[in-house]
Amino acid sequence: MSEIIIFAEIDGDGLHSTAGELISAGKKLAADTGNVVSAALIGGNQDLASQLISLGADKVYLANDDAIQKGVADAYLAALHKICINAEPTVVITSKTPIGRAVGPRLAYRLGSGIAQDCMDVSVDGDSGRVTATRPVYGGNAMAKFTFADKDPQVVIMRLKAFEALEPDSSRSGEVIEFELSLDDSDIKSKLVETVKEESEGVRLEDAAVIVGMGRGLGGPAPFSQLEELAKIFNGAVGASRAVCDAGWLDHSYQIGLTGKTVTPDVYITVGISGASQHMAGCSSSKNIVAINKDGDANIFKEASFGVVGDWEKVLPAFTETARELLES
Amino acid sequence: MSLNIIVCAKQVMDPETPLSAFHVDEAAKRVLPAQGIPPVVNGFCENAVEAALKIKEAAGDATITIISLGNNFVMDVMKKPLSMGADQMILIQDPAAENLDALGTATVLSKAIEKIGTVDIVICGQQASDWDNAHVPLGISEMLGMACLSEARSIDLGDGTVTVASSRSDGYDVFEAPLPCLITVSNEIGEPRYPTLRGIMQASRKSPETWTLNDLDLSESDVSPVLTLSELFIPASNRQCEIIEGEDDADSGRLLALKLREEKII
Ligand SMILES: Cc1cc2nc3c(=O)[nH]c(=O)nc-3n(C[C@H](O)[C@H](O)[C@H](O)COP(=O)(O)OP(=O)(O)OC[C@H]3O[C@@H](n4cnc5c(N)ncnc54)[C@H](O)[C@@H]3O)c2cc1C
Ligand SMILES: Nc1ncnc2c1ncn2[C@@H]1O[C@H](COP(=O)(O)O)[C@@H](O)[C@H]1O
Repeated sequence: MSEIIIFAEIDGDGLHSTAGELISAGKKLAADTGNVVSAALIGGNQDLASQLISLGADKVYLANDDAIQKGVADAYLAALHKICINAEPTVVITSKTPIGRAVGPRLAYRLGSGIAQDCMDVSVDGDSGRVTATRPVYGGNAMAKFTFADKDPQVVIMRLKAFEALEPDSSRSGEVIEFELSLDDSDIKSKLVETVKEESEGVRLEDAAVIVGMGRGLGGPAPFSQLEELAKIFNGAVGASRAVCDAGWLDHSYQIGLTGKTVTPDVYITVGISGASQHMAGCSSSKNIVAINKDGDANIFKEASFGVVGDWEKVLPAFTETARELLES
Repeated sequence: MSLNIIVCAKQVMDPETPLSAFHVDEAAKRVLPAQGIPPVVNGFCENAVEAALKIKEAAGDATITIISLGNNFVMDVMKKPLSMGADQMILIQDPAAENLDALGTATVLSKAIEKIGTVDIVICGQQASDWDNAHVPLGISEMLGMACLSEARSIDLGDGTVTVASSRSDGYDVFEAPLPCLITVSNEIGEPRYPTLRGIMQASRKSPETWTLNDLDLSESDVSPVLTLSELFIPASNRQCEIIEGEDDADSGRLLALKLREEKII
């Protein structure tokens, strides 16, 4: 039976949160094609392999090699390539993480097959039996569906959190295959010299339940402290538009959007953000979007569920004060 | 020794095109050119030109060649990298290359790079703001068998090697690779410089070379698609925004908080 292979990444000592999401995406395709879902676990161990099975994988390729260096795409690519040559999967799925978005495309080109990046959904085309991938294009202004021609594997790169992981169930069964890699020096051209952590205080944007978004409409870096004050009331975090980061008001690690972070808070409160499609690409899955903007025609009001058309300098202090009173009472 | 740097630059629809001017022909599965808004050189490609110019300044001696594959090139637009200071430009234009997918695009660009000859560094943007593929350069590196470092926020040239920093969610990673190497750059590499008057004058005297698929020994069958566009549409927004209006802005802010509380959002 042919396979769908997902690239299961490791984060620290555990599985990366995307591993379960990719298994769910694979299972959606498998339901229509009768394929099995296999996970490629590169540089992992038996314990992580069992976790993948409890998340729904039918099979795990457990592949290790001394040449695998965390964070370096080359080794993961060489390993995944070997697994694919051996298993001849019809579909390979990686996630849009730094490693996943480097490895997925390079694998596709190495094998001469098609690749769709930043996918929000995947399905099987009823007529051809081939995969159809849904993804935003033109900065999110348009949505496209791409269908793969007859060349396998069909390589899909999923947007983070596009699928939800299944609840782990240890009664699920699957097969673990120890895969011999024997990577060659020539497989690995680049090396990781160092990893530099830039510590930011407080809650990580990706984990925050409430995010306050800073836009160019704030006019300069100074209002940041007011946004931070609001975020703190909810134990939330401050994010920003690219315009704010490019202007140097905040570091690029604050950037939300197509080329910044993807966030999915319960509430995203935008202040002085116009709601350009490239910004919305990173936050449109927020449960609620709230907008404070002086321009009633701004695109953000097409995306928000509640908003005030007004000057942030007047709106925000009153909003913050009332929110604080409400949360304290 | 002189360095050979190639920058791949794409002409795209201006991504700042207002939504009101953004239209899709759903039947033809095509984005219609925005009326009266000229195309631009893709933003990340301008960052790539800037990165190449910085490397040239640091190395002293280098030749920067811009290559672009496309149709309906607007010469005033495409000359910008030359006005910024690039040395020469090759435009690849062919009716048979009108609707290439990413694999076809990477095939043509890598053939062009091979034809140019010895290359030390290929620099690309991380993503083109039309199809947002963010992988054509990775394909070029595979086809040319080059080392590949993506999403650089800084580039430092060593002796036969290159060191690149790439942002991560909590900091950055520093990678090293041997030359020749393909690098994609993010906007964090730095704002593209403005062309100087002298740059514009020099660029006006340069005429880009034009190549067709034939010049690259490629035929239509070498670039047949592996991915086809089956649908293209403008997503409908299903959110309805409730605008909160108070007596003045401050009052609206207060009412907004009360409303969010009432709706159990905060
Ligand atoms: C390839 C590409 C990738 C991109 N990636 C990203 C990305 O990842 N993230 C991102 O954010 N952008 C990205 N962009 C940029 C994006 O297109 C927009 O330019 C950017 O998001 C605009 O930021 P902004 O909303 O803060 O600024 P603006 O668009 O300038 O909006 C400012 C808003 O503030 C309002 N305002 C002004 N004064 C006040 C006031 N006193 N009170 C209240 N409101 C006020 C204005 O009405 C306006 O709506 C990308 C662009 C491209 C081409
Ligand atoms: N038609 C093209 N001509 C020149 N360069 C291109 C072309 N398509 C893609 N590129 C390069 O690849 C980068 C990423 O594009 P993409 O993978 O299409 O998102 C761009 O920033 C360019 O550097």
